[in-house]
Amino acid sequence: MIKQKALLIDISLCIGCNACQVGCKEANHLPAPEEKRLSPTAYTALEEHGDLHVRRLCQHCEEPTCKSVCPVGAFTKTAEGPVLYDAEKCIGCRYCMQACPFRVPRYEWSSTRPRVQKCIFCAPRLAKGLQTACAEACPTGATKFGDRDDLLVEAGKRINASGGKLVQKIYGREDVGGTSVLYLSPTPFENLGFDTKLGNTPMPILTMNALSKVPNVAAVGSVMLAGIWWITKRRADVDLHENPSKLIAAAQKRDEK
Amino acid sequence: MKTLTFPRITVWRVIATTLILAGAIAAAARFTLGLGATTNLTDEFPWGLWIGFDFLGIGLAAAGFTIVAAVHLFHADDYEPIVRPAILTAFIGYMLVVLVLVIDLGRPDHFWHPLVMWNHHSVMFEITWCVILYTTVLSFEFAPIVLEKFHMHAPIKWIHSISLPLMIIGVLLSTLHQSSFGSLYLIVPNRLHPLWYSPLLPVLFFVSCIASGTSMVILETLIMSRNGRTLLSPELRANLAKITAIALAVYLVIRFQDMVHRGTIGYMMTLTYHSIAFYAEVLVGFVVPLILLMFPRIRYSRRGLFTACIMVLTGFAANRMNTAITGMEVYPTRTYFPSLMEVLIMLGIAAIGFSAFWLIARYLPIFEAEPVTPKAVAPEALWPPLPATDEGI
Repeated sequence: MIKQKALLIDISLCIGCNACQVGCKEANHLPAPEEKRLSPTAYTALEEHGDLHVRRLCQHCEEPTCKSVCPVGAFTKTAEGPVLYDAEKCIGCRYCMQACPFRVPRYEWSSTRPRVQKCIFCAPRLAKGLQTACAEACPTGATKFGDRDDLLVEAGKRINASGGKLVQKIYGREDVGGTSVLYLSPTPFENLGFDTKLGNTPMPILTMNALSKVPNVAAVGSVMLAGIWWITKRRADVDLHENPSKLIAAAQKRDEK
Repeated sequence: MKTLTFPRITVWRVIATTLILAGAIAAAARFTLGLGATTNLTDEFPWGLWIGFDFLGIGLAAAGFTIVAAVHLFHADDYEPIVRPAILTAFIGYMLVVLVLVIDLGRPDHFWHPLVMWNHHSVMFEITWCVILYTTVLSFEFAPIVLEKFHMHAPIKWIHSISLPLMIIGVLLSTLHQSSFGSLYLIVPNRLHPLWYSPLLPVLFFVSCIASGTSMVILETLIMSRNGRTLLSPELRANLAKITAIALAVYLVIRFQDMVHRGTIGYMMTLTYHSIAFYAEVLVGFVVPLILLMFPRIRYSRRGLFTACIMVLTGFAANRMNTAITGMEVYPTRTYFPSLMEVLIMLGIAAIGFSAFWLIARYLPIFEAEPVTPKAVAPEALWPPLPATDEGI
C-alpha cells in the first residue's frame, strides 16, 4: 500500500525568501523571474499578509473538485497524493477554475492552445523517490515533505508545543474532505485569505446530490410521459365516439378539406 | 420560376448584416489572438458573458419541449399551430448555444472529447450529452418541415414511426439539462452570492425555463399574428399565459421559501450591489408579470400580454446573467465586465439566430395556419384519428 504524501507548511516559520518558488520553477522548467501571484508559470507563490508570508499552491484535495467537474476527466488523483492534469484531454471549458474551492488553477490566456496550469506536487520527482522541489529548497523547514499521517501527528505536536503561538487548527486536515497540503498558522486562518467556511464535506458531494437523481428522473419521467400520452389520447377517442355530434362535426371538418 | 433579384435593403437587414460581420471579425480575432487578448475573462473570472448567453439561449429554447409535450404528449391539440414555431425556436437556440460554446472553449479542436472521454461525475459532462442528444432529437423533429418542402415523404414516414419515443426522450433530455445548468453552480457555494446560491438551483432553473419558454411562444405568436393572420385564438393565448403565471408563482414560492428556510432572506434587507440586482431581477421578471397575468383583461389584451412576456424574458435573462456573472462578483474587488469582442461575438450570434428564424419561417412551412399534412404525415401517434387530414379521400 502506497503511503499518501503531503506537505506541511508552517506559516510561522516562513521568512519569505522565495527559495520554494525558485526551486519549483527550476524543477518544472518554468521561466525564472520571481512572481508574487500564482500564474501559469508560477505553480507556487508567496502572498504577503503583514509580516507573514502565505505560500499558495494546489492543495491536492483527497476528493478533488476539479477532478469531479471536468467533463472529460482530464484530472486524476494519484495514490501518492498528487492531482494531475492532462492537457491532451482538456477541452478548455474552465469549469475546474470556476469550481476549485481554493481558486488555484491558472489558464494560459495568451495562448491559442491554452492549458490549465497548477502545481503537480512534483509527481515525476516523487516517482523517483525524491521529495518535492519546494520542500527541498526551503531553508527554515517551513515546508516539510512526508507521509500525510506522520505530518498530521507532527502538526498536532507543534501546535501543542507552541504554547498558544499557533492556532488550534491544521488547515487541510479535514477541510473539503482533507487535502495533501496542510497549513499551520500563528494567526486565525481567515486573516490570511484562507476560506475557513468551506466545511468538511467534499464539494463533489454537492453535485452528486443532484446528479444521482438523474436516472430516477429519466425512468419515472418516461413512464409518466408515456402514461399521460396514452390517457389523454384514450380520453379524446372515447369522447369522440361517445358523442355522435362531435364525430359528425369532425367528419364534416375533414370533408371540408 | 421567380427570377433572382437583389434583396431589398431594410433597416433590420442592415443591422443584422452589420452585427453578423462584426461578430465574424471578432470571432476571427478570438481564434487568432486567443481568449486573453480578446476577452475580459481572467483566472479569477473564467466564465463570463458567453456562459450567460448560453443559459439564455437554452432557456428561450425551452419553448420547444414545453409545446411539444403539451400538444403531442398531452394532446392539447388546439396548440398544434405553434408546434413548428416552437421547434424552430428550440432548434435555432441550441445551434447558437453550440456555436457560442465552441467559441468559448479554450481548445475548440477538442470539442468532441466528451463523446469519447467520459466523466459521469461532471455536470458539464451530463449537459454536453444532453445538448448533443437533444439537438439530434430536435433535428428529427425539424427534419419533416424541410422534407415536406421538397416533397420527400418516405423519410417523413420513417421519422414519424419513431416520433413518440423521440418526443418523450426530447422532453426528458430538456428537463434534465435545463435543470443541470442550475446544478453547474451547486459546487460553488463559496463563490456564488447567497441571494442566488441554493441547493434547489436545478429545480429553480427548470421552473423558470417553463415561464420563459411559454412567454417566448406567446411573444412569437403575437408578433407573427399580424397582417390578418391569427396563429392562436385569444383564448388559447390567454391559457398559455396562465401557464406562464403558474410557473412564475411556483418559482417565487420555491425561491422565497428556500431563502427563508436557509436564512438568506436577510441579504435582501440591505441595499447592496447584489441586492439591487436581485430586486431588479425578481420584481421585473417574476413579481410584476405574475401580478399582470393574474388579470384576465391583461391575458386577453395583445399589449398587456406583450408587456408581461417581455418582462418575463428580461427577468429571465437577468436571472441567468446574475447567476453567471453578478452573483459570482465580489463587489468592488472582483468584478467583471465583458470586452467589446465578447459583446460583438454575442450580438453577431444573436443576429444569426434572428436571421435564421426569419429566413426559415419565410421559406419553409412554419407558420401555416392549417398545418400541411400530406398523407404520409398523419400517423395515429401524432394526431387523434379523425381530424387527421387525408387529402387522398
